[in-house]
Amino acid sequence: MSASLDQIFVSGKQWLLSWLASAPEWVIQIASSFINIFALLGVFLTLFALMSVLERKILGRIQNRYGPNRVGPFGLFQPIADGIKMLIKEDIVPARADKIVHFLAPVLIAATAILALGIIPYGRDMTPFTIDGGILFFFAVGSTTELAVFMAGWGSNNKFSMLGAMRAIAQMISYELPLIITVLPVVMVVGSLMPNTIVAAQGGYALGFVPRWFVFTPWGATAFILFFVSGLVESNRTPFDVPEGESEIVAGHMTEYSGFKYATFFMAEYIGMFAITGLATTLFLGGWHAPIRMLEFIPSYVWFFAKLSTLLLVYVWLRGTLPRTRVDQIMNFAWKFMLPMAFTCIVAAAVWHYAGRGPAGWLWSLAVIAAVYFTLSILLDTRRKFAPRTYRFAE
Amino acid sequence: MNSVAFIVIAIFTLAAGLAAATLQKLMHAALSFAVTFVGIAAFFFLLGAEFVGLVQVFVYIGAVAVLIVFTILLTRRDVEKDRMFNWSGVVIAIAVFGGLIWAILKTQSLSVAAPEIPALTVKRIGEVLMTNYVWPLQCVGLLLTAALVGALILVMEEKQ
Repeated sequence: MSASLDQIFVSGKQWLLSWLASAPEWVIQIASSFINIFALLGVFLTLFALMSVLERKILGRIQNRYGPNRVGPFGLFQPIADGIKMLIKEDIVPARADKIVHFLAPVLIAATAILALGIIPYGRDMTPFTIDGGILFFFAVGSTTELAVFMAGWGSNNKFSMLGAMRAIAQMISYELPLIITVLPVVMVVGSLMPNTIVAAQGGYALGFVPRWFVFTPWGATAFILFFVSGLVESNRTPFDVPEGESEIVAGHMTEYSGFKYATFFMAEYIGMFAITGLATTLFLGGWHAPIRMLEFIPSYVWFFAKLSTLLLVYVWLRGTLPRTRVDQIMNFAWKFMLPMAFTCIVAAAVWHYAGRGPAGWLWSLAVIAAVYFTLSILLDTRRKFAPRTYRFAE
Repeated sequence: MNSVAFIVIAIFTLAAGLAAATLQKLMHAALSFAVTFVGIAAFFFLLGAEFVGLVQVFVYIGAVAVLIVFTILLTRRDVEKDRMFNWSGVVIAIAVFGGLIWAILKTQSLSVAAPEIPALTVKRIGEVLMTNYVWPLQCVGLLLTAALVGALILVMEEKQ
């Protein structure tokens, strides 16, 4: 019973494809791809609508107010009202803007964000797009976002747009480095770039009850935190939302966008967030594996989406809690702290592997990470950074 | 199936390349150049060289295209004004094209039937890079590190 429930979507797709059994091979291949694409779009656009209203509700609770509660029960139909509003709004294109580039930027940014979702295993046998170098594909597609942001900033012919695009590209390029390097230990330990293999390697339990997720090893926990913070920066969210700092540069690269084009940027940001948390779940939190053996009867995709929603909740929580950081603080943090720690994770993973992947390796890799962490905090002199503020010009 | 895909990708890539060479605005040309990179990556995918295709997208669109675009942005000084047809460029282009065609047609291996190549997995590329080609890899790494340090020294503020 639980096995058939686990495979309900896979068998549903098989049933749909059985209608085409007599068609030639390439028709079945294309139909299979289309089913995957529609399933992916349906699930994640619904999740986007749900997330946009839930985020506002949770932020409202954090800030001691109600949040949207007028449309439908508990304000749940708010996304529909927002969608209609966005659709019928006037689409304003500045007279001096580069029309083609201005139009193509939101298209490109949404397309790349959705492409990145394709390689993540959402459940047992539920990877929409199986490819040998899946992790590499994710980052290759993600690196295109920078060009799209630049097109938005340059095409608008507005200084706020350009400044926002510059800030966004600067922080995306800086944090792409720790983001990719923190993935390396996992790839090293598993010996594969395929998300399916990485999830399969995290199955089973150590000592009989601790799941073999990489987040439960010292290097995995460090890499997970670094990956999570870098992902937060890549999706341009608070506390790292300087590219669209509304108190300084209106809305950054989205200043000259209105109506549905603005909504497309908004959607791309959320989809990018789903993709990066989905990859974090796959790499460190065991993908679709259950945390306890007793709970394995619950279908795999339920576990995946439970982990994904937990990470998304942390994103919203951080947004409600932390103020915006300065540009130079973001850059210093990336190059002076994140990058050395990311390299340490590689060394710690190697130590863990060669010490036999057991309790001894666990302690040794913890020692490596602790040593580098304390050395860094002494070298960077973090204590002196919190001295009373001195003013050079405003005295 | 493959030849249809080849023709579609070829038309796409050539059109983007032509646009990059002829468009009036420099920024449009740079962006169509990025589209050409996508076309070349698609060729690698078609040939079954997944890894090379992904690295092509990663390096050329994520880094090189952004670099070109920024270079144009930071050095733009009315480049649209002094546009005149440059005949020496045409001559050099034709000479390079002719030289390449001559070299390709003279190649011996073209007349031999292509041997059956086993599927190129990322794992195999990694193994070969870490065993047979480890010295070239290290040299490239050293060169890139030197370039990085040099760039940093160039932009570093001089302390009085």
